[in-house]
Amino acid sequence: MPKLSEQEQQRYNEYVSQVTPTHNTLLNMCKAFLVGGIICLIGQLVLNYCRSLDLSREISGAWTSLFLVFLSALLTGLNLFPLIAKFGGAGALVPITGFANSITAPAIEFQKEGQVFGIGCKIFTIAGPVILYGLVTSSGLGLIYYILSLTGIV
Amino acid sequence: MDQILGAQSIQFEHPPYFAGDASIVGEKEGQGPYRKCFDKVEKDPYFGTDSWEEAESQLQLQTAALALHKANISSGEIRYIFAGDLLGQNIATSFGLVDLNRPLFGLFGACSTIGESLSLGAMTIAGGFAKKVLCLTSSHFGSAEKQFRFPLEYGNQRPLSATWTVTGSGAFILSGESPSPWDNVCITAITTGRITDYGVSDSMNMGAAMAPAACDTIFQHLQDFSRMPEDYDRIITGDLGSIGRDILLKLLMDKGYDISKQHMDCGIEIFDPDTQDTHAGGSGCGCSAAMLSAHILKQVRAGVWKRVLLVPTGALLSTVSFNEGQTVPGIAHGVVIEHV
Repeated sequence: MPKLSEQEQQRYNEYVSQVTPTHNTLLNMCKAFLVGGIICLIGQLVLNYCRSLDLSREISGAWTSLFLVFLSALLTGLNLFPLIAKFGGAGALVPITGFANSITAPAIEFQKEGQVFGIGCKIFTIAGPVILYGLVTSSGLGLIYYILSLTGIV
Repeated sequence: MDQILGAQSIQFEHPPYFAGDASIVGEKEGQGPYRKCFDKVEKDPYFGTDSWEEAESQLQLQTAALALHKANISSGEIRYIFAGDLLGQNIATSFGLVDLNRPLFGLFGACSTIGESLSLGAMTIAGGFAKKVLCLTSSHFGSAEKQFRFPLEYGNQRPLSATWTVTGSGAFILSGESPSPWDNVCITAITTGRITDYGVSDSMNMGAAMAPAACDTIFQHLQDFSRMPEDYDRIITGDLGSIGRDILLKLLMDKGYDISKQHMDCGIEIFDPDTQDTHAGGSGCGCSAAMLSAHILKQVRAGVWKRVLLVPTGALLSTVSFNEGQTVPGIAHGVVIEHV
């Protein structure tokens, strides 16, 4: 039968998931911990260095983000970041480095389609949802905070 | 002799011959187990162009030219071209083959396109509508990833069921004219596949989506010809990969056919998963096409295999259908290749 009934489809999909191997979650988590930890350590070193130069906490934080974003973009351009992400998974993707990679990669890939319709339109194809829903969520939280502050709760 | 056979098959009264063929692949394929079998391994992933899409066009044109050159045939002798690729609106084909300046049918059957192309080419010759046709397909890792998945530099973990799109192309010249002494390989029959939907929605497990289509076509083929798997030296699927292979063997076993001794999969063969990090295997329009030219035809030509059933498999999805929550239907086309 070329097309299965819904019940048979479900049975087939269950069979497929039985025979499809998946990554070892525990091992992946250990690798993510290692890679994420190293990235945070680098960030902390930058932060500490900035603080040792008597920069304020905010300015030091900004330099730290800037450095990590630059590093990630550079490694993306050198095609080294995919190797780190393949090994470290979420450990490389969840910190700000993953965000930088998700913007740099489309910029490189779609450059051939032009500055406007290539880079301009497609640079946020991966990061776009994060930015959009991040903004929506923070606006919502801001509204709640505003109401709570009006009522004197916070 | 009635050439129409069973429900979905044709047996050719005058089978078309393979008058020439060529394969060109990228560097990664050129490091795989079949590195010595391909006609050319191109180290430059851009094939001297500026973009992945142009690179694939160039790959297709070069493969076509090489096949013509090897067969010592001028492009003017080709009556029709049957060609396709994986890109939207078949741009690799249209921009690649414009310079050949021959009548062209652009085809899409996802990764099964070479099966579709050879079937239509063989029918055209057997029907007396052409003396020589050119059948070719291509795929390119860069252009396919860009269109179907993520930009190449984006970091992510591919699931173990994912396949690796082959950068490669295979071109074949079919001829109906009385063959040269070395033209001892022909297409004796075809079984055209139906769209098969078993409700798989994971686009990263295409083996599972395509295995039912391969099963359907192979089963129908054996039924139409009243043959058994033992009547073939090899039954070769396109790009099911290791998971799809297991599923296919089980599905066919459920229907009463054990093909485990004859079965081979181009996607499993083309890479070494242990050293090349390709997970379930290779995929793409170029996978079965390049393997057909590089390995399968050579074996049949040498008489090592007398009769082979080639079943290129395709997953019929687009990024739009996937995002809109559609399943991934599959299709597979059977082509019988025989030593005569």
